[in-house]
Amino acid sequence: MSDRHYMRVRADMPPGHVRTPAYLRGKTGWVERTLGPFPNPEQLAYGHKGQPLPLLRVRFSMAEVWGPDTDRPDDTIDAEIYSHWLEPSEAPHAP
Amino acid sequence: MPHDHHDHLSPSGHPYRPDDDHPLTYWQQMEIAVRELLIEKGETTAQEIAAQIDAMDARTPSNGAAVVARAWTDPAFREALLADASAATREMGFDIGPMRLIALENTPDTHNIVVCTLCSCYPRNLLGLPPDWYKSRAYRARTVKEPHKVLAEFGVTLPDTTTIRVHDSTADMRYVVIPARPAGTEGWSADTLAALVTRDSMIGTGLPKAADAA
Repeated sequence: MSDRHYMRVRADMPPGHVRTPAYLRGKTGWVERTLGPFPNPEQLAYGHKGQPLPLLRVRFSMAEVWGPDTDRPDDTIDAEIYSHWLEPSEAPHAP
Repeated sequence: MPHDHHDHLSPSGHPYRPDDDHPLTYWQQMEIAVRELLIEKGETTAQEIAAQIDAMDARTPSNGAAVVARAWTDPAFREALLADASAATREMGFDIGPMRLIALENTPDTHNIVVCTLCSCYPRNLLGLPPDWYKSRAYRARTVKEPHKVLAEFGVTLPDTTTIRVHDSTADMRYVVIPARPAGTEGWSADTLAALVTRDSMIGTGLPKAADAA
């Protein structure tokens, strides 16, 4: 677990076509794998050339996303998040 | 029969059900208008559109079942599939187009389930059209929050020790679950095994059929 690379999803709510689910914004997870680069869908959606960006599969614990009282805190959610939505982070407090 | 309001009743004596047709929605009208314009301007033809719909309808979960059954019987293919599912399925002859695929293998202590909370992303080339429930708000909202309960409603009860991994298909990747090979199928051919692989077992909302179901 110590070699986990933690990232936090930006907590912003910009307008437009965004493929970062709102329920994960502000949450911290670790990188499961890195994919891409893929063109930025926020630009593609408006007919612009999409800037190629790394796409990271980030794994979140249920405890991090839904709080420590969630039924099964150690189950996980993986989601694909474009790199411009992520910032390096410390591990979240243990649930 | 002593029914008084004959005009509300069918000859069976039961009330008529109201018709369930309704006026076209804004987007249904828009689709028809754009389609007719594209045909009128010669950009496409009605035949091309019909052929594309036929091609879409021709894709069925048997494509995915063939991939799973091969992964169960061919260790080198399984390894290639887990390393790069796009390349491995393309090599099997499935046209994946611009799609990129990740295969998720269930193990004795891990169960994978796929959802697209933002819309309805689905590996159509391997599984065909998604079932209606896959696109429903309830499935999309609840699977990321209480997958254990959602699975139980699908009839899948897992040991408490099994970790559930939910995969939210948010961007460029599509996902197929490789369920665990059913017990008692040693020595079976890939073709026979494929008959045990259900659509839901490749979404993660089901398990393959048992050996005695074949």
